[in-house]
Amino acid sequence: MNIGLFRLKKTQLISLVLLLSVSIASGIVYAAKIGLWDSLADDGLHDRRNKKGLKILQEPGHALSKLPRGISGNQVDWVMALQKGFIEPRTNIYEGTEIRVIDLDIIMGETSTMNYVLFPHKAHTEWLDCKNCHPVFFEAKVGVTPVNMGGILEGEFCGRCHGAVSFPLTDCNRCHSIIQGTFTGQFGAQYPDGLNYEDFSLE
Amino acid sequence: MRIFLLNKSINQSFILGISILFSSVFYSGIASAEYGDVVINRYSDKAGMRPVIYPHWFHRIRFRCKVCHGELGFEMKAGANDVTMAEIIDGKFCGMCHNGEIAWSTEYCDICHSGKPGLQPGIRGAHQTLGPGVW
Repeated sequence: MNIGLFRLKKTQLISLVLLLSVSIASGIVYAAKIGLWDSLADDGLHDRRNKKGLKILQEPGHALSKLPRGISGNQVDWVMALQKGFIEPRTNIYEGTEIRVIDLDIIMGETSTMNYVLFPHKAHTEWLDCKNCHPVFFEAKVGVTPVNMGGILEGEFCGRCHGAVSFPLTDCNRCHSIIQGTFTGQFGAQYPDGLNYEDFSLE
Repeated sequence: MRIFLLNKSINQSFILGISILFSSVFYSGIASAEYGDVVINRYSDKAGMRPVIYPHWFHRIRFRCKVCHGELGFEMKAGANDVTMAEIIDGKFCGMCHNGEIAWSTEYCDICHSGKPGLQPGIRGAHQTLGPGVW
C-alpha cells in the first residue's frame, strides 16, 4: 500500500493504526473530564502548577452535571434550572434593593425569512434588572432601538450576553421561535388583558 | 515479531511523527475553557501574579446577574471594568462578597489568581450549539 512517498507493509499499516488509536486515547485521557465538562487543570486556562488553588476550586462537572441539561454553552438550561428550583441564586446583596420581575412578551416581526422572535421579559428579569438593558442597550419602547442580527453578532443588543455568557447565537430557534403564519396578532408588546404601556413604564 | 519503535527505518519515524501530531491535535481540541469564563489580566501579569479566571457558571449558581451587574456596578462588557486589588480589598466590586463573610477573603490569592501567566484578557467559552445548528 502507498501513503504518499512511503511504501507501507501490512505489519506497518497495523502498527500505524495501533499507534494512532493509542495516541487518540491518550489525548482523551490526558484532558480529564468530569461528565461532559473539562477538569479545571485541563481547561487551557488554569495553571496546573497552582495546586493549592486547584484543590479548593469547584470543578464545573461537579456542579453542572446536577442541573437540567442544555445543548450548548455550559450544556445547562439555566432558565429551567432557576424556574424549577435546581438553583436558588441570591437576588441582592444590599437590603432594600428593589427586585423587579415582569411578565411581558415582545414579539418582533422584522425577521426576513426567519421565524419571528419572542422575547420573554419574565425569563430575563428573573436574572437581570431592568436597568441592565434599559435604556443603554435597548430603549424601553418597542420599535425605537434598531435591533439587527449583524449588530447582535458583533456583541451589541442581545449579543451583549448571548454568545458570551447566555446561550450562544447558534441556538437560532430559541429566540426565533414563532413560525411565520402561526401568529396573527400585532407585533410588539403582548400586554395581558387590561394592562398597557403605562403599567410597565420604567418611570 | 519486530519491535517497531526500536527500528530506525524512516517509515517508523514517519508513523511515530504522525502519531505525536494526532495526539497533540486531539489534546488541544479537547481541552477548553468553560463557556463564559473571563480572563482578567489588566494588572496581574505586571504585578507578578497569575491572571484571574472568573467563572460565570460558578457565580450564576449562587447569584443572579443583577447582583454584580446592578448592585456591584460591573459593566456588561469584558474590558470595561477597571478593577484594582486595592478597591477589592476596600470592599468594592469582588470585595463586596469576597470579604470572608459571603465568600473567601482576599488573603486566599491562589483561588482567584489561578490562570496561566501571559493569558490574553477577555471572555472565553467552548461549546457551540450541538446538533443540526453547528456552523
